[in-house]
Amino acid sequence: MSAFHTEEMTLNMGPQHPSTHGVLRFVIKADGEVMREAIPDVGYLHRSIEKIAEKVGYHGFMPYTDRVDYVCAMFTNQGWAMACEKLAHIEVPRRGEYCRVIAAEFNRIASHLLTVGLMGMDIGAMTPFLHALREREMINDLIEELCGARLTFNYMRIGGVAWDLPPGWRDKALAYLDHLEPILDEFNALFSYNKICIQRLANVAVISADEAINYNLVGPNLRASGVNWDVRKDLPYSVYPEFDFEVPLGRGEWGTVGDAMDRYMMRIREMVQSARILRQALTQIPDGPVLGKVVRNFKPAANECQVRVESARGDQGWYVVSDGTGFPHRVHVRTGSFAAMGMIQKLSKGLMIADLVVLIASLDVIAPEIDR
Amino acid sequence: MQAWLDSLIARGAFGPHPSPDLIYGAAIAIACALVLFLVAVPFASIVTWVERRVWARIQSRIGPNRVGPNGFLQWLADGFKHICKEDVVPAEADAPLFRLAPYLVVLAFILPWAVMPFASSLILADLNIGILYITAVPALTVIGILMAGWASNNKWSLIGGIRSAAQIISYEIPAGLAIFPVVLMTGTLSMQGIIRAQGWAPDRWFLFANPFCFVAAVILFISGLAENNRTPFDLPEAESELVAGFATEYSSMRYLFFFMAEWGNMFIAAAIVVTLFLGGWQFPAIVQSPRLMNLLQLATFMLKCLFLVFVSMWIRGTLPRVRIDQMMSLCWKYFVPISFINLLGTAVWVAIFPDGNRFTQWLMLSFGVAVVLLFLARVVAFTRRARMELYFHPTI
Repeated sequence: MSAFHTEEMTLNMGPQHPSTHGVLRFVIKADGEVMREAIPDVGYLHRSIEKIAEKVGYHGFMPYTDRVDYVCAMFTNQGWAMACEKLAHIEVPRRGEYCRVIAAEFNRIASHLLTVGLMGMDIGAMTPFLHALREREMINDLIEELCGARLTFNYMRIGGVAWDLPPGWRDKALAYLDHLEPILDEFNALFSYNKICIQRLANVAVISADEAINYNLVGPNLRASGVNWDVRKDLPYSVYPEFDFEVPLGRGEWGTVGDAMDRYMMRIREMVQSARILRQALTQIPDGPVLGKVVRNFKPAANECQVRVESARGDQGWYVVSDGTGFPHRVHVRTGSFAAMGMIQKLSKGLMIADLVVLIASLDVIAPEIDR
Repeated sequence: MQAWLDSLIARGAFGPHPSPDLIYGAAIAIACALVLFLVAVPFASIVTWVERRVWARIQSRIGPNRVGPNGFLQWLADGFKHICKEDVVPAEADAPLFRLAPYLVVLAFILPWAVMPFASSLILADLNIGILYITAVPALTVIGILMAGWASNNKWSLIGGIRSAAQIISYEIPAGLAIFPVVLMTGTLSMQGIIRAQGWAPDRWFLFANPFCFVAAVILFISGLAENNRTPFDLPEAESELVAGFATEYSSMRYLFFFMAEWGNMFIAAAIVVTLFLGGWQFPAIVQSPRLMNLLQLATFMLKCLFLVFVSMWIRGTLPRVRIDQMMSLCWKYFVPISFINLLGTAVWVAIFPDGNRFTQWLMLSFGVAVVLLFLARVVAFTRRARMELYFHPTI
């Protein structure tokens, strides 16, 4: 065998590639089908959103936050609003907080539906993707009625939300939740418990709990490795303490704890929990105003603050420094996808090229969130 | 060869006045080839329309419905569009090989139609080695695809081509072994001979002749999927991993050729299974006129084939893709040993029951019906209405 000479092949995957979920690039060093290494190259979608905040002021930055993570823009809205409220000590009316939670949890379901659908498409099954998008479209319709936009919502304001729930919207939302739960069972029967799907995902790219913490993974990726950390439970914000819900953890039923199948199932289980939160929120929502009194050009005292929200891609940190003027001095967003991207190089050793696609999809890496 | 040429020269084939027989024969051959080509190519193209509609229905979409009734003429529009596009040959590609590859693939798809047993007297050439021919010739595809992958001078294409070579050559073995049980039972390699050995009623089909044949039929069908790069074995053109695999650099009509061959090969794989195991064109003799009888047989054959094609579309709409190591282990660790056991089992069976065993046939048939009914019950249990029951759009 020693006479058999082989060479390492360098492959360039992206920035334009059908399964890199946006503009990502990987330099793959492969020996045939087996990868030695996949080196992620970030920066193709950098729009200097953090710098823009320093020029447009507190209120004006809200539409830009949609673009930080356009798949679940409600959470970036909420993160920015919460950071500003903490900085300027603004109270949010209770109905406003409920509206935020309802919009955000719907957005979480929409984002997770996209993720599980993309997982289907990345392992070659087109049907789960379209079924998931069909359900996501209905959430988009609901949110469009709520705030007029389907992707970049710009729904929240500093001190509350822009619009109250439209008349009749609550019943529609509850009808959707009744529709969603059987659909998730059907989706599992169609795709998640499919033998080929389990074979493709189980035991692929296993992340142990220690590794996940060391590499700073957050959200579903972290919980899939068995670490119980959810900002909604552990650092409660908004009205989340008022709801009864569970934090699903990776159990490794099909392989090892922390494999791609666990990360994939985590999304399905979180959708069920989100539906649970939504039911409670939609029935408990109090009356009252949705937007508090906020001065148009408020100037928070020179200070700094850090808030964390549990976005669909995990713990999202917003760090804002104020210098006493109407414009923030510095804004930084800490996103989950960037940390996940850093782990790909380590995880990719010894995987096959087909598994890299599974790895990217299971970590739910979204390009705009990496670069901002 | 020399003797044949001498005899041709002696008969004046190349002289000023070739014999009318020879010209007649040549004209008939060319006409038949032309007719087959004109049948095969639109057939493969229409299958694309069927597939897109079926697939769309599975995915709760509508599918192409603009060109012609229900989008039936979509294949013409697509073909026209592809012809109108620029045929790009990459600068660094091996141009002659790059240009040649699609033609080889199409050749491999057209040739098997010569021995396709459409009806009792509707067959271009009933070769005495028909089944050998029809399994051997489509393997030419692998040369075309490997050539395309290599000549494109693109690493993604190369991986696609190599995957395809590995896959098609591996699955040739279980596919070939799955044919032997039937050959053992009939003692002929001719397509018509195999069909004549069966009856029109399902209990006389070789699918139910003995348990080994049933397994062989399943292996043959799955190997057919693998040989034609169909889901769940569509690794050579895995769009989410390899961009478009071996076809990455192709455009225009050459790109279309690859996919026309793929859809056409789907029909050929189905036809092999139908011929060997599902009774081919066999139809009860209810009319005297041979012409009408042939038409009925043609319809039977086509319906059976299209049903299997539909099943493969259904599979494509349902299953994800396997990984290459899983595909290889399925072939070498499961299919090849099982095929050998099948072969031995059938040989023993034929030695014990030279004329078949009626009891087993009925038992197998009832088993088959039970499996189908159970499957349909499962389908019905899991079927929800595909169209949306809720409309939330604010403007609707």
